[in-house]
Amino acid sequence: MCGIVGLLVKNQKMRSQLGELMLPMLIGMTDRGPDSAGLAVFGTPVPKNERKFNLYTADEDFNWQKLGHDFQAHLGNKADIALKVNHAVLTTSLEPTTVKVWLKDHYPQLHLLSVGQLMDVYKDTGTPAQVAARYDFQKLSGTHLVGHTRMATESAVTPQNAHPYTAGEDWCLVHNGSFSNPNSVRRMLQHKGIAFETDNDTEAACRFLEWRMREGDDLNTALHKGFEVLDGFYTLLMGTRDQLALVRDPFACKPAIVAEHDDYVAIASEYRSLAQLPDVKNAKLFEPMPEELYIWKV
Amino acid sequence: MESLDLHKITVRELNQYLHKEFPQKSDKKLEILNPDGVHSIAVGLDTEAEVDIKGHGGYYVGGHNKHAKITVHGNVGWGVAENMMSGQVRVKGFASESAGASGHGGTLIIEGDASLRCGISMKGIDIVVGGNVGNFSCFMAQAGRLVICGDAGDALGDSLYEAVIYVRGKVKSLGADAQEEPMTDADYAALKGLLDIAGFNHNPKEFKRIASAKTLYNWNADANQEY
Repeated sequence: MCGIVGLLVKNQKMRSQLGELMLPMLIGMTDRGPDSAGLAVFGTPVPKNERKFNLYTADEDFNWQKLGHDFQAHLGNKADIALKVNHAVLTTSLEPTTVKVWLKDHYPQLHLLSVGQLMDVYKDTGTPAQVAARYDFQKLSGTHLVGHTRMATESAVTPQNAHPYTAGEDWCLVHNGSFSNPNSVRRMLQHKGIAFETDNDTEAACRFLEWRMREGDDLNTALHKGFEVLDGFYTLLMGTRDQLALVRDPFACKPAIVAEHDDYVAIASEYRSLAQLPDVKNAKLFEPMPEELYIWKV
Repeated sequence: MESLDLHKITVRELNQYLHKEFPQKSDKKLEILNPDGVHSIAVGLDTEAEVDIKGHGGYYVGGHNKHAKITVHGNVGWGVAENMMSGQVRVKGFASESAGASGHGGTLIIEGDASLRCGISMKGIDIVVGGNVGNFSCFMAQAGRLVICGDAGDALGDSLYEAVIYVRGKVKSLGADAQEEPMTDADYAALKGLLDIAGFNHNPKEFKRIASAKTLYNWNADANQEY
């Protein structure tokens, strides 16, 4: 079991309150996912030539200042580092591949959570309330986000195995359910040179969809290929630069409910995570149909 | 009317009250405020009473109900009135999956749509849905009646036993061993009774009867496993 939440704010005035609005949604899903939590938030983009690298280490005493020095000394380019406990956002104009290789060579203990221009990713073990407090989710702002609370069923409880999963830039996915063929999907993708970081089933689905889209499929086509290849139960919520997308497996084995309001669109596994939203009684509530793709644009 | 607020007490406290003190009251009418999608509201009632839930319920609202009349003024999550024994549960909004699952008796009325697997494995409950039902509804239903005033999804009545389905709208597909049968006078009378209880003003003549062809009742060694 896991919990999923998503929030897209249509009313521009509410964008500064994105984290505050989301927090009761995430905490509302604690019963469905008490062991880890995470989210991806889409905010103001960095300039076109820059990228944000979201980094995580379990070591709270990690010397980020030294990393900044080393980065400049080795690569001859300044990196801006914004720190939140053991999570950092490194912003630089250097080419992403160069940065990724350098990080892997010099700081292999760091986990690269995401690369992109708008998206920040936080994920860690602990209850949703603990993770939210650790990274100050309440103060987050932006246009949209996807969140997840995890109850692990198929791989270990570690920060890396928490959701969201990302592949490519500014794209992420959270999953409630379980896939029955992640190993064969992973092997198939590894033969194509796609690298994996965990043995988690969701990562296999995430990299499969990202691979299809890199091969030229749009999200809808990629998901229809997913219906054929990915065997199992799932409600998937995806975030892109400017949209949220939701899909449920053909048997609708995992729940989802949507609230469409003039000010926002909110998605959750269960209504109890939507109950605290402002004026939710005037929102249009509905349950998404199985095997149908729902997309909301910013 | 007595009023209890789920912002002030837990659902466990509510249900313990409903099981212990509430049946002793002379005026057994109660409203529950701020349900906010909490699970297991008013589960296990065993007394003639009227309970109004003012808002959206979570999973298993009115589960195991015996004798009580429960009305939800909103939507409900999975498994509303699951395993109900008698009495009535009415949902003014829509119901999520597995509504009335395994119910033995009583009446479940859903004024809006019901999602997938409505009436799965029902064992004597009557379910009346004002709107549509999702895929796999009435799967392995053993006894009771499901009335669908709207359309039905895929695999309606798959592996039915003795339960009977009355459907007014389109059926996307029938499940294994489910078949359409002619309506008899007894069907029209039974259906009219159910529609009257639910307060839906449809003409019974607009409904079709779906029941089991009973070809799965006995093992057929020649069937080549082609179910």
